[in-house]
Amino acid sequence: MKFFWEARKVILPAVLVYLVLKAIFGFHLVSGYIEQITLFSFIVILTSLGLNVIYGYTGQFSLGHAAFYGIGAYISAYLSKSLGVESILGFIPVLFLSGVSAGLVGCLIGVPILKLRDDFLAIATLGFGTLVRVILDNSDRFSEILGGSRGFVGIPRITNLELAFFVTVFLILVTRNIIFSRYGLFWRCVKNDELASQAIGINTSRMKLMAFSYGCFLAGIGGALYAHLYTFLHPSNFDILKSIDFLIIVIVGGMGSIVGTIYAGLIWVGFIEGLRIALPADMLDLRWVFIPLFLIGLMMWRPYGLIRKGG
Amino acid sequence: MKALAVENLEKGFGGVQAVDGISFSVEEGETVGIIGPNGAGKTTVFNLITGFYRPDRGNILFYGKNIAYLPPHRLPRLGIARTFQNLRLFGKMTVFENILSAMLVQGRYNLFSAIFRWTDYFVTESKAEEKARKLIEFFNLSGKEDQSADSLPYGEQRRLELARALALEPKVLLVDEPGAGMNPIEIQGLVQTMKEVKKQFLLTVVIIEHQMGLVMNISDKIVVMDFGEKIAEGTPDQVKKDRKVIEAYLGEEPL
Ligand SMILES: Nc1ncnc2c1ncn2[C@@H]1O[C@H](COP(=O)(O)OP(=O)(O)OP(=O)(O)O)[C@@H](O)[C@H]1O
Ligand SMILES: [Mg+2]
Repeated sequence: MKFFWEARKVILPAVLVYLVLKAIFGFHLVSGYIEQITLFSFIVILTSLGLNVIYGYTGQFSLGHAAFYGIGAYISAYLSKSLGVESILGFIPVLFLSGVSAGLVGCLIGVPILKLRDDFLAIATLGFGTLVRVILDNSDRFSEILGGSRGFVGIPRITNLELAFFVTVFLILVTRNIIFSRYGLFWRCVKNDELASQAIGINTSRMKLMAFSYGCFLAGIGGALYAHLYTFLHPSNFDILKSIDFLIIVIVGGMGSIVGTIYAGLIWVGFIEGLRIALPADMLDLRWVFIPLFLIGLMMWRPYGLIRKGG
Repeated sequence: MKALAVENLEKGFGGVQAVDGISFSVEEGETVGIIGPNGAGKTTVFNLITGFYRPDRGNILFYGKNIAYLPPHRLPRLGIARTFQNLRLFGKMTVFENILSAMLVQGRYNLFSAIFRWTDYFVTESKAEEKARKLIEFFNLSGKEDQSADSLPYGEQRRLELARALALEPKVLLVDEPGAGMNPIEIQGLVQTMKEVKKQFLLTVVIIEHQMGLVMNISDKIVVMDFGEKIAEGTPDQVKKDRKVIEAYLGEEPL
């Protein structure tokens, strides 16, 4: 198929990386904890890529990205638990459905809020994120198994190296193909100048909605993989702080850079988890001193992100 | 045949009646100049024609079809393209991307063709790229394809905006003060370019311009506006002698 032939330059190294990871994990060269955060970093990359489509490429500032990540996580967990899904094969439709649901929710709330500009959009997405958090906190009122503020427990562990890695690689390729097509070009036009975009015939509301829904779809997939990696969900995992994590990754990696998001996602997860290992337990809170310092330094060194040197 | 006709167009902003019952028409293949003092309502007329403003009253006919209430993004598809008085390029995108995006608006392949790289993706893209290169060459921007638009000198940015509008392959082109901020030599070049463009692309042109040398030189007909109204219309020679026009311009640059 053309898709895979075109992407051979990415797929071959990816397969190599996979084999190396497989060997490392297979021979237990690293702890189960490291293995888990490696998979988690793929999920973070995928979800951040969704936000990069929304914010980095299309210029729509969203403070509610974690809500869509959470929607994907909860829907997938609910589906797999109530349907008794345990195998990867059975999980794939659940995964897809969770992504689509998050995308649909994004589309529905996008219709009214994407008309708003910059700071208003930020407030609206922040409001939506808070709303989702409140709903998740009270989710046990709708269905006991969702767990409400006690958390959603007993999700089957399905996400493994193969699933997390290849789903992420596949969706990075899909995203890349969209970015290097007329749609990606129009997204960037919208970000650069909305009026000029309309003047050349771009339906800007439609393009914004498309980017937003697609970005939320990626977040939903990320959330579903997360739920079946950690097997436990808590509403606090999907609040504004999490949204800001994704935002930081997008900005650190570079607005509108896929490769940048990949690096920044790896660095972010590595840095946070690395500090968790490096710092003694009673000084763990020092992370929140190191991380801001790191960010300030980085922004001074590379204001346009890791990859690009200039605007 | 009338390519464009504006009938009794009105548009007010709060207390200001920016356009106050304007009517004029543009024959196919004609070049019509719109002149008038600052604030006369010229740009507002363009914004009404291109759907950026909704008229309070009146009709806008494009080859007989009323287009007065269409959203702006529908007009390029019909065959109307415009440039802006204050240049609106996609500043952080390259020269090539600025043109290509306009080319691809009409390009027909869907999201699945893009994702799975089906044949129509490649066919459409390569055709558009080829046309974009030709247009870049025509506008003397070769070699600058990969520079970001906002890194170009002002005159070249103007040319790029014109090229982007032509990438839409319009029937009618609306240009708003293309000569603004240009020196006399650059204006000479612009006159030349506009004439060539018209011949090459078989265009109908409406041009707003303060530079009399330019607008009188290329227009078949001039519409003069003042305080939202049309105060004169005719050939450049007729308009130059019109008493009302001279009055309106009193204290401004002489014609
Ligand atoms: N969006 C708007 N809101 C409020 N007033 C407006 C708006 N657009 C135009 N106007 C007013 O309408 C009047 C006509 O403006 P317009 O820009 O059409 O003039 P113009 O003939 O193009 O002038 P110039 O030669 O300076 O470009 C002005 O008084 C202007 O302030
Ligand atoms: Mg004007």
